[in-house]
Amino acid sequence: MFEENLLLILALLPFGGAIVAATLPANARNAEAWLSGAVMVTGLVMLAALYPQVEDGGRVLSRIDWVPSLGLNLTFRIDGFAWLFMVLVQGIGLMVVLYARYYMSPNDPVPRFYAFLLAFNGAMSGILLSGNIIMLVVFWELTSIFSFLLIGYWHHTAAAREGARMALTVTGLGGLCLLGGMLIIGHMAGSYELERVLAAGDVIRAHPLYLPALALFLLGAFTKSAQFPFHFWLPNAMAAPTPVSAYLHSATMVKAGVFLLVRFSPVMGGTDAWFLAVVGTGMATLVLGAVVALFRHDLKGLLAYSTISHLGLITALAGMGSPLAIVAAIFHIVNHAVFKASLFMAAGIIDHETGTRDMRRLGGLMRAMPLTGTLAIIAAAAMAGVPLLNGFLSKEMFFAEAAEWHNGTVLDDALPWLATLAGAFSVAYSLRFIVSVFFGPMAADLPKEPHEPPAWMRRPVEVLVLACLSVGILPALTLGPWLETAVRGVLGSDLPYYSLAIWHGVNTALIMSIVALVAGSLLFVALAAFIRSGPEGLPLLHRLRAQKVYDWLMLRLAWKWPSIAHSLIGTEKLQPQLRILIFLALAGGALTLWGGSHLLPDLSQQSIDPVFVLLWLVGGVAAIGAAQQAKYHRLAAIILMSVAGLVSCVTFAWLSAPDLAVTQLLVEIVTTVLLLLGLRWLPRRREEIAEDKLLPARLRRVRDFIIALGCGLGIAVIAFAIMTAPQGVNVGDWFLRNAYAEGGGTNVVNVILVDFRAFDTFGEITVLAIVGLTVFALLRRFRPAAEMAEIPEQRARQGDNSLENYLFVPSIIMQWMFAPIVALSAYLFFRGHDLPGGGFAAGITLAIGLLLQYLAANVRWVEMRLTILPIRWMGIGLLVCVGTGAGSWLFGYPFLTAHARYVEVPFIGEVPAATALLFDAGVFGLVVGATVLMLIAIAHQSLRSERLRTQDEPEPEKGVA
Amino acid sequence: MELVLSLGIGVFVGSGIWLVLRPRTFQVIVGLCLLAYGINLFIFSMGRLRTGAAPIMPKGGFVNPDVYADPLSQALVLTAIVISFATTALFLVVMIASRGLTGTDHVDGKEREDP
Repeated sequence: MFEENLLLILALLPFGGAIVAATLPANARNAEAWLSGAVMVTGLVMLAALYPQVEDGGRVLSRIDWVPSLGLNLTFRIDGFAWLFMVLVQGIGLMVVLYARYYMSPNDPVPRFYAFLLAFNGAMSGILLSGNIIMLVVFWELTSIFSFLLIGYWHHTAAAREGARMALTVTGLGGLCLLGGMLIIGHMAGSYELERVLAAGDVIRAHPLYLPALALFLLGAFTKSAQFPFHFWLPNAMAAPTPVSAYLHSATMVKAGVFLLVRFSPVMGGTDAWFLAVVGTGMATLVLGAVVALFRHDLKGLLAYSTISHLGLITALAGMGSPLAIVAAIFHIVNHAVFKASLFMAAGIIDHETGTRDMRRLGGLMRAMPLTGTLAIIAAAAMAGVPLLNGFLSKEMFFAEAAEWHNGTVLDDALPWLATLAGAFSVAYSLRFIVSVFFGPMAADLPKEPHEPPAWMRRPVEVLVLACLSVGILPALTLGPWLETAVRGVLGSDLPYYSLAIWHGVNTALIMSIVALVAGSLLFVALAAFIRSGPEGLPLLHRLRAQKVYDWLMLRLAWKWPSIAHSLIGTEKLQPQLRILIFLALAGGALTLWGGSHLLPDLSQQSIDPVFVLLWLVGGVAAIGAAQQAKYHRLAAIILMSVAGLVSCVTFAWLSAPDLAVTQLLVEIVTTVLLLLGLRWLPRRREEIAEDKLLPARLRRVRDFIIALGCGLGIAVIAFAIMTAPQGVNVGDWFLRNAYAEGGGTNVVNVILVDFRAFDTFGEITVLAIVGLTVFALLRRFRPAAEMAEIPEQRARQGDNSLENYLFVPSIIMQWMFAPIVALSAYLFFRGHDLPGGGFAAGITLAIGLLLQYLAANVRWVEMRLTILPIRWMGIGLLVCVGTGAGSWLFGYPFLTAHARYVEVPFIGEVPAATALLFDAGVFGLVVGATVLMLIAIAHQSLRSERLRTQDEPEPEKGVA
Repeated sequence: MELVLSLGIGVFVGSGIWLVLRPRTFQVIVGLCLLAYGINLFIFSMGRLRTGAAPIMPKGGFVNPDVYADPLSQALVLTAIVISFATTALFLVVMIASRGLTGTDHVDGKEREDP
C-alpha cells in the first residue's frame, strides 16, 4: 500500500508543483528554482524508495477507478524500465532547473517558465508511469501541449511562435494517430490495461488489424521522436530557451517516442513489417541527421540534427528488436540524454557569454573559458563515440547489433555500412563543434566579451560530464545494475548475455568504430573550409526540405482551401442562411411524411364551434396582417401581433390550460411594452423603398411566400393528424397520478415545474438571468443612431411643459394600481402550487406593476421614491433556488428533492408549504429582477440620450442599478 | 375544433416564417414572436385538446388521468413561453444596438447591394 501511494504521489506531485509555481510572484526566481528543484529531488527520493520493488523484474501498480464501466481506470504502473527513465527525467530535470536559474534573465516572467516546466515534467512522468494505454495517450498529448507552451515561451519572437506551432501540429497529429493505434491495440488485446496488452503480443501480431494498428502506432512514435520525414519540427523548436531545449531534446519529449517503441517492441515487434518500417526509418534518420548536422552553422542547429540522428539510432535498435538490441537501445537512451543535455547547456553558456551561436563567428574560446571548453569537449567526444566515454559503449553495442544477421533483407545487409557511415559523420560534426568553437584564432568581433559563466551555471554541466566519464570508464559498476533492472522491465526474466566492458578484444564493432573515427576525422579535415563557406544545411540539397512540404500543406489546409470553400459556400448574409435552414426543415419534414397519407383522419367527423372559429378567424387575420404591416407600419404590426398572442391565450384558457393562459397574457403585456420601447430606436420609414417594387424583390417575395406557405400547410397537416389520432398511455398520466402524492400540490403543471422537473426550470431561469444581464451589458455601451438622439418630433411639437401633465389621469390610476398589483402578485404566488399561478406568473405581475410606475411618471420621479436593484433580485433569486436544491443534500437526497406539507398562516389560511414553494420564491425573485432589468435598461436609453444632448462632450454613462 | 386550431397554427407559423425571411430586423422579431405562438400551440396540441378538464387534482384519493388534460405538454409550453420571451428581449436589444452601430435596420448591418 505504501508503494502504491508513493507511486500516485510521484505521478501527481509535478502538477501540484506547477500550480504552486504559477502562483508565485513574477520576480521570485530563487523561490521558483528551489520549488522546482525540491519537486525533482522529492521525485528522486521516492524513486529510490521504489527501487527494491522493481529491482528484480517486479512492478508496482496503483489504480483509481475512473469510469469502470468503460474500462477506463487511472492505473499507474512502474517497472524497471520506467524507473530508469524516471530517474533520467527527474535527474536531468534537476540539472535543468539549476541551469535555468542562471540562464533566464531577470526580465523573463519566470513563474510561467517553471510552471510549464514542472507540468511538462508531470506529463512526461505520466507517459512513463501510465498503466493504461489510453491514459498514456492523454499524457502524450499533454507533453505536446506543454512543449508547445515551453517552445513558445518567448512568444514575442516570430521564430518561437512558428517553432511552437509546428511542434504542436506535428506531434499533436502524431498523438491523434497514436490514439487511433492504441484503440485498435486495446481492441485486439481485449483490454486497455498495459499489463494485459504487454501479455497479448501473440494475439496482436496475428490479428488482421495488426498492420493498421502498427502504422498508426508508428506514426505517433515517429512524429514525437522526430524521425524522418517528420524531423523538421525539432530544429525549429530550437527557438526555445536553451534549458527547455536541453530538457525536451535530451531526456524527455523526443525520448517519449523511443520509449514507446522499446516498451512495445515485445508486443508489436518481431514481424517483417516492424523490422522494415522501424529499422528503415531509424537508419534513414540516423544517416540523414548526421550528414545535415555537419553542415549546420548554428550550434543548436548542429545539436538538433545530431539529436535527430541519435534518435534514429535508438529507433533502429528498437526495430531490430533482439534482446541485445533492446539492451543497447536502453543504454543509448541514457547515454544520449546525459551527453546531449550537457552539450545543450554548454551551447547555452557559449550563447549566453558571447552573444552568438554561429560557428563561423566563434573560435578560440578555449582561452576565454577553459573549464566550459573542457567540459564541452568531453561531452562532444562522448557524442562522437570516443573510447572511455559513455557514448562509445552504446555505440559499440549498436555496431555489433548492426553487423549481426537478422533476416537477410537488403536493408539488413546494408546495416553495417550505413552504421559506419553515420558513425563517421557523427565524428565529423563532433569535431567541427569542438574545433570551430574552442580552437583556432580567437574570435574578434563577438557581441559580448567571452568569459567563464557563474560557477553554478556550469555545475550541472560538470555533473553530467562526470556521469559521461564514470559510465564510460566503469560501466559495470555505475550504470550496470540499473540497466539490468530496466532490461528486465522490458524483456522479463530471460536476460540476454551481455558484458559492459570497455575492451572486448578486436571484433567487428571495434573495427567499425576505428574506421568511423578515422574516416570522420579525415572527412572533417577535408571539408572544413568548404562547410564554412557553404549555406546553412546540406549543399545543393538544403532547399529540398520536409519543412517546405509542411509549409506548403499548412498554407493550403489552414488558409487557401478554407478561403476557397468560404467564398464558394459561405455567406455573411442572414437571409440565405435562414432560408437554407427553413428549407432543410421543410424538406426533412416532407421526406419523413412522404407516403403517409393514410395517417390523415376523416375530415367529416369534425365538430365545429362557431365561437372558436370566429376566434381563430380573428387570430389568422391578425397574424397575416402583422406579417404584411411589419415593414412600413410597425405600431400596427405590434398591435396585430398582440391580437394573435391574445388569441392563443384565449385558446389556452379554452382548452383546459389555465396556467398557460395566465402566463401567456402576462408575457404578452411585457413583450408588447418591450417592443414599444424599442420602436423609438428604429429608422423612420414613411415612403416606400424604391427597390421593393423591382422585379428581383418581387421574385424574392414570391419564393419566400412559397416556402412560408409550404411550412404553414405542413405544420397544419401534422398538427391535425396528431391531434385527431387517439392518445395512448403517456408520461402525463404518471404526473397526474403522483402530483399530489409525491409533490404535495394539486396544480400538476406547477408541480412538474417546481418539483418533478425542477432542474429544467432551474436551467430556464438561469437562461433568463443571462439574457437579463446580456441586455443590460449590451445597452451600457450603446450609442443610438445620430438622428435618433434628438428630441422626438411629437414631444418637440407639444412644447416642453407637456411632460408635467402628460397622461395625467391615467398616471394617477396607474399609481393607485401599484398596491393591488403587488397583492395580485402575492396571490398568484401563494396559490401556485394548488391552483393556476406560480412564481413565474407572480414575478411577471410584479414586474408589470413596477413598470406601470415608470410609465405613469418620469423616470427620475419614480427612482426618487422607489429603489429597485434588479441584479440583486436576480442574484438572490438564483441563490435561493440553488440553496433549496442543495438543502436536500443535508437530508441525504439528490439535488432539488422537494418536501411538501401544509402550514396554517394567519389571515391567509392553509398554505402549501412545500420546499418547492421556496424554490418558486427563487424563481419569482429572478423573474422580477430579469424583467425589470431589461425593461428599465431600455427605458433608460431615452434618458441617456437626453443627457447626451445636453452635453457637448459625450462620455460613457453608467446604466441602471 | 382540431381542424380550426391546426389551420390557425399553420397561419401563425406561415406568417412567422415569411417574416423571418424578410430583410428588416423588426420584421424578423415580429416573425419570431408569431413563430413562437404557433410552435407553442403546436406543442400544446400534442397533449390533445380537451375543454373544461384543467389538470387541477383533488387532494388525495385515486386519480383517473383520462378526465384531465395532459399536464406534460402544458409544462413544456410554459417553459417555451418563458424562453421565447427571453429570446425576443435579447433580439430586440441586439436590434437596437445593431441599429445604433450600423445606422441601418437591415439584418446584415448594411443595405443590400444589388449588382
